[in-house]
Amino acid sequence: MYGWIFRHLPGPLWLRIATSLVLIAVALVLMVQFLFPWMSEYTAFTDSTIGSANQP
Amino acid sequence: MVLQEKARPAAAPAAGVVILRGIVQVVGELLITAGIVLLLFVAWQLWWTNVESDAKQSEVIKEFAQDLGAAASAAPDAPAAPAAPQDFGPPVVSAAPGHAGTIGIMYIPRFGESYTRPIVQGTTGDVLDTLGLGHYANTAMPGAVGNFAVAGHRQTHGAVLDNIHTLVPGDKIYVQTKDGYYVYVFRNNQIVMPSRTDVLEPVPTLPGVTPTERFLTMTSCNPRFGAEERIIAYALLDSWRPASAGPPAEIAAQVAAAVGRG
Repeated sequence: MYGWIFRHLPGPLWLRIATSLVLIAVALVLMVQFLFPWMSEYTAFTDSTIGSANQP
Repeated sequence: MVLQEKARPAAAPAAGVVILRGIVQVVGELLITAGIVLLLFVAWQLWWTNVESDAKQSEVIKEFAQDLGAAASAAPDAPAAPAAPQDFGPPVVSAAPGHAGTIGIMYIPRFGESYTRPIVQGTTGDVLDTLGLGHYANTAMPGAVGNFAVAGHRQTHGAVLDNIHTLVPGDKIYVQTKDGYYVYVFRNNQIVMPSRTDVLEPVPTLPGVTPTERFLTMTSCNPRFGAEERIIAYALLDSWRPASAGPPAEIAAQVAAAVGRG
């Protein structure tokens, strides 16, 4: 899959490497901004409050 | 026979086999990706949330200091706190701010010389995950007769109460609000199940009893890196100083560093 994506990127090798680095960076930012905060709502490792009324 | 068969050049595989190989490869790469994403999630939660929250909490303290500065410029600056303890009468208790409003700053020298964390109204995720210690909105305010209760993360999101288990009876816990400085003395801790809301009662763990003393209760996760239980730290108000009298001598340096004036 990743090999297929890499082969289908336009431009010479250096441009394809640069493009894939940018794509990886975009994926990281999206994960940190949206995916991980959403995931942490379903993991109760860090709940520090008492009682159900105050659960976030 | 077998060896000869293997040595023979492989015939071109059928189209079905090619598709099957492609599917297996994509599924394998997706599984590897899922593993990497989970590892990144752990790194994000244990490390990056601390970086983000520390920055945000410094900002909250800075804003609080600016508000203090505006209020204090009207009143003349008091000289450095005298050594002799003074009695300033019953502590001033201000009204609670709205959700996510800043109540004040907590200083706990046991957690390190530079330990300063904002205390913010509310215990929902948006407060606890970024802004600092969360004040249980249905409990008393600092200095009030009853129970001033706050929650804080043990790990991740700033790890504001990471060292709660290192408190020793007699340790001072300082709460600075716009009104002054409330000095609480740590008394004991307790490990309870998450359902024990009675630790937030006006007299902790004694529902229905009318309080005569001023408690501070802090709740956090227990064990560290887990949330099966809660660790509770109880403290009692020892003394208070109005803002015009200046900070207690023991934390004067920390206050100066945090809010920019002594």
